[in-house]
Amino acid sequence: MSLSAKPLALHLGLIAVLFAAQFMLPSYHATNVSRIMVLSVFAMGYNIAFGYTGLLSLGHALFFAAGMYGMGLPIWTLGWAPVPALIAGLVAGGALAGLVGLLALRTAGVSFMIVTLMFAQAGYLTLLYLNTHTGGDEGFVVDSAARMIAGFDLSTDTPRYMAALILFAIAMLICLWLVRSPFGRVMVAMRENEERSRMLGYNPFRVKLTALVISGLYAGMAGAAYGMLFGYVGATFATIQYSILPMLYVLLGGAGTVIGPFLGALLMFYLIDIASGYTTAYLFVVGAALVVLVLFAPKGILGTIRERGLKWLP
Amino acid sequence: MAFGPFLFLALLEGTVMAAVLALTAIGLSLVFGVMRVVNVAHGEFFMLGAVTAWFVTHYLPFPPAIGWLAALLIAPLVVGAIAWLADVFVLKRLKYDPEATIVATIGLLYILQQTALTFYGPDARPVEPPFNLRLQFPWFGYSGYKLFVVLAAGLILLGVWAFMTRTKAGLVMRATQVDMETARAFGINVDRVYAGTFALGAALAAAAAVLIVPIQQAHYLMGHDPLLLSFIVVIIGGLGSLRGTLVAALIIGLSDGVISMFFSPTLAKIIATLLVALVLVFRPQGLFGAKT
Amino acid sequence: MAALMEAKGLTRHFGGLRAVDGVDFRLQQGEIHALIGPNGAGKTTFVSLLSGRIPVQSGTITLADEDITRLPAHARVKKGIAYTFQITSVYPRLTVFDNVALAAQSAGALGLEAQVAAALAQVNLAGFGGELAGNLSYGHQRLLEVAMGLALKPRILILDEPTQGLAAGEIEGFKTLVRSLVPATTVLLIEHNMDVVMDLATQITVLNFGKVLATGAPDAIRSNPEVQNAYLGGGDDAEG
Repeated sequence: MSLSAKPLALHLGLIAVLFAAQFMLPSYHATNVSRIMVLSVFAMGYNIAFGYTGLLSLGHALFFAAGMYGMGLPIWTLGWAPVPALIAGLVAGGALAGLVGLLALRTAGVSFMIVTLMFAQAGYLTLLYLNTHTGGDEGFVVDSAARMIAGFDLSTDTPRYMAALILFAIAMLICLWLVRSPFGRVMVAMRENEERSRMLGYNPFRVKLTALVISGLYAGMAGAAYGMLFGYVGATFATIQYSILPMLYVLLGGAGTVIGPFLGALLMFYLIDIASGYTTAYLFVVGAALVVLVLFAPKGILGTIRERGLKWLP
Repeated sequence: MAFGPFLFLALLEGTVMAAVLALTAIGLSLVFGVMRVVNVAHGEFFMLGAVTAWFVTHYLPFPPAIGWLAALLIAPLVVGAIAWLADVFVLKRLKYDPEATIVATIGLLYILQQTALTFYGPDARPVEPPFNLRLQFPWFGYSGYKLFVVLAAGLILLGVWAFMTRTKAGLVMRATQVDMETARAFGINVDRVYAGTFALGAALAAAAAVLIVPIQQAHYLMGHDPLLLSFIVVIIGGLGSLRGTLVAALIIGLSDGVISMFFSPTLAKIIATLLVALVLVFRPQGLFGAKT
Repeated sequence: MAALMEAKGLTRHFGGLRAVDGVDFRLQQGEIHALIGPNGAGKTTFVSLLSGRIPVQSGTITLADEDITRLPAHARVKKGIAYTFQITSVYPRLTVFDNVALAAQSAGALGLEAQVAAALAQVNLAGFGGELAGNLSYGHQRLLEVAMGLALKPRILILDEPTQGLAAGEIEGFKTLVRSLVPATTVLLIEHNMDVVMDLATQITVLNFGKVLATGAPDAIRSNPEVQNAYLGGGDDAEG
């Protein structure tokens, strides 16, 4: 009993702290934390594929962008209402992940990384190529009328923060439930030893595809929410950098931990933010962090803490 | 201009592109073949080659031809040394684990690129070609230097081939590629072979950049396209196969030149990236590799 | 009596090596069937064909009259063919509980905790549930492997050298365990320890150079001159 109560208390506690934080943080930091919460949802999705199932993708920007454009394009061109548009973004992320998975999951390891990278690159180039429909390099602004949900204006600070927090809380609790479910156990088994799992009756392709689609749904939802909350849809979010960032968040916070993606996103976001105050070459910290992590702390912060004592950390 | 000459021009441009691409891609292919490392930072070695060439030609008081020649010697050496250090301090410590090295070379990509931004700045800067010669065809004039690039790339590739097949160091590299454990058992210093291979791969990218930099300016973000195209070439040619890499470079370079001339360059890249993904999925040995 | 599982003309060559070469084989419901033969006789390849880990080149496999020759391995597991690995293949970084639970939940039955506890109790590993599998002793890892096989609730349990590395006392316990499984479960056993084979098996098939040399009851096999010549009296590592 205490075994499952402790993690639940920890995660609910984090949500409570984030709820309280909005009353104490100055506006600039509140907006930052809103961004971080949405990016954490993206990273949680990445973690489901990479941290739990062992699928090292270099193409998650594609699913993030699919969510963003899946939400933004119907509003921009068809004048959809915000809620259906958000759902469209969610579905777009999952559907594209499924499509990519059907092909990419026929490969493994390094080939899987390159195939996902190439698909994401093709997606990014397609956004540029179809610039008359997508706004190309410049992207487009999401109409402020389409950023009102149930009377709340998501372009203002407090509703935006609350919307990001609600999304973050739901995503995290679902993730917590998922990784402690029987299917979560199978995902980990696939990561640890695919051949053994096959001989326990699990179809590796199907398990990995399911995990990738769930991962894509998270990425799609995060992309849709990011576009909606911050009012801009652009091809930058489809670049390789947005595939690298969730990987970096997860590696830093701890792959295969539920809170790791948030912790990683929080630290990395501020590290980049602070570095950009001193130099234009602020992305240096991204490179340095990747190299240092992979060399000295491949399990990340929470992965190391879990290994050193907090065994119950999910 | 009529269609015929237009196509001829496209083929000329494609040949130049293919030559430089072959040189860049052979470096990536060599590193993957011998070390089984997918070097995502390869494009940055290319960029560093171009940037070093700018520094050399700008600060050394030589006439353009000598300055450029100096760059062709110095840039690969400098870039090779950086790669050597990267191998010793990063890749070797990861024991060349395939996935970890990819993550690490992504990190290296940012480190090199952002360092270049810091010391070289955000501007694109030209390097003067070693000579100015304009060849006059009946329909248009064409840069003699561009044709010289093809010749030079061909000579360097020939040198690589001779090195791999005619020298002891090349033999040692090939032995390590076939079976690292056995090579070690026979007293080959595998660590040094790996560091040397990584440096050589980077140096080839740098040499390709020095060839191209009088045509295309040096810029800290210029590594992106050569990386992507080298990936495409190496994968379509069959991972680790040098001959396949050459054939693929020729095909991709020529077709990219032609497609870009008649259609949109973006469309050409979309087709190429999708082709790479599908090749890896359905024909992992490459289009020209033999099934083993 | 119709066989539970039957293989006809099963063949698998690796290059020039005829690992399994036209083997006919019948497994009857409820028997303990031992597969013996010198090293390299093709035993592991043969059961790998049965379990689907290696694709068949020619021949057919039926399970209760259903053709399963082309079925992928995981689907065969779902049909009740469980395979325990020769080289211990537990998940070292997961707990013992999770290891067995993965098998039990694959069988789909309700009451996961009880199922896992039962399977662990069967191999005398009750109380080890919270340990990391990688921290168990080698013998205990072998038993965990067997528990994973049991938790799959298989119709046919294929055990590849299960007693290798077990202490004498553990072997006795293991024999009792296998006897308790039949006739509900049918056991196919690859085993080098002749005492275990002669003690447990109700039927023995001898493989040599990828072909069936003899098949029959233990006494018949023991007195078969061909078998003695090729294997039992051959003086090689038969007792290994």
